[in-house]
This record gives sequence, structure tokens and C-alpha cells, in this order.
Amino acid sequence: MATEENKNATAGQGFVYLPLIAVWLVPGAGHFLLRKWGRGALLSASILGMFTLGIVMQGKLYANAHDILDILGLAGDLGNGLLFVVSRVLGLGADQVQVTTADYGTRFIVVAGLLNVIAAVDAHNLRTGRKA
Amino acid sequence: MTHFAAVVLFALFASIVFGITQRDTPRRMFRYGIYCFVLFVASAIVLSWLMFLIAR
Repeated sequence: MATEENKNATAGQGFVYLPLIAVWLVPGAGHFLLRKWGRGALLSASILGMFTLGIVMQGKLYANAHDILDILGLAGDLGNGLLFVVSRVLGLGADQVQVTTADYGTRFIVVAGLLNVIAAVDAHNLRTGRKA
Repeated sequence: MTHFAAVVLFALFASIVFGITQRDTPRRMFRYGIYCFVLFVASAIVLSWLMFLIAR
């Protein structure tokens, strides 16, 4: 009972959205902030691995949104946070999909962003005490 | 990279994230991760065979 009260008291302190924003910007960072080292390392490795494989396979990074599919792709890519921004700045990824593996790479990048959003919500739930 | 290797890597990474985020205890996370991985790979194999048989 006392432990539960302490957990609720801790959950209400500080900026509760910090882990959510941290994970969005850098995969796993929010879990590290919450001292969930193992979970953070696994999430970070998975999302970084998927994003890196997508780039290596010459996947496309969406830069603009001309139609509905491009908008959805861009939304997924934006889930990668700083990874997406840094990759765009460095000119990584392909502008046009020309081979089959590049099509797979594009999906890997989008899904990495969507998985990162799930991880960010998980970090927020941990921070608010909704999840142990 | 072969298509199957891409499927396996996709399933591995997605299953790890699903396992960690969708369950509370490490044991349940592990079991759910394995469950998702098997479903991903098995469904890819079944759908591949179905497409192969339809295309013939």
C-alpha cells in the first residue's frame, strides 16, 4: 500500500512527457531516463537496427507529401525523430525506389518509426505509473 | 540479403518491441515476443506458398 502511494507520488513529479519526447528523439532514451536499462537497450537496438537496415537497403526517406500514401510514409518516417532528421541532412537513403530491396528498405524505415512511437507511449506509461 | 532473411530480421525486431511494450513482466514479455516472432515468420511462409500455388 505504502509502495503504491510512493509510486503514485513519484509519478506525479516533474515533466511527465520527458520520457515520451526523449524516446521519440532517440530510441530507448526515455527508458534509460527511467532506469529501465535492459528494456531501453533492446528497444534501442531493435529500432536502430531496423532503421539502419532500411538505409543500407537503399530505402526511400520521404521528404514531401504529394499523395495520401506519401503522407502516411512521411508520418511513419517522422516517428524516427532525430534519426530521420540526421539521415535527411546527410543525404542517406534513396530518392527513388529502383530495386526490390529498396522497397523493403522503405518499409523497414517506416516501421522503425512506428515501432518508435509505440516505444515512446510505453515510456510515457512507465513514467505515469500506468505500467510497472 | 534474401527475402527470407529480410522477413526474419523484420519479425525479430518487431517482436522484440511488441514483447517489451505489450506485456508487464520479463517472463511474459519473452513469451509474447516469441509468440509474435513465430506468427510473423509462419504467416509469411504460409502466404508465400499460397501465392506460389495461385500463380501456377
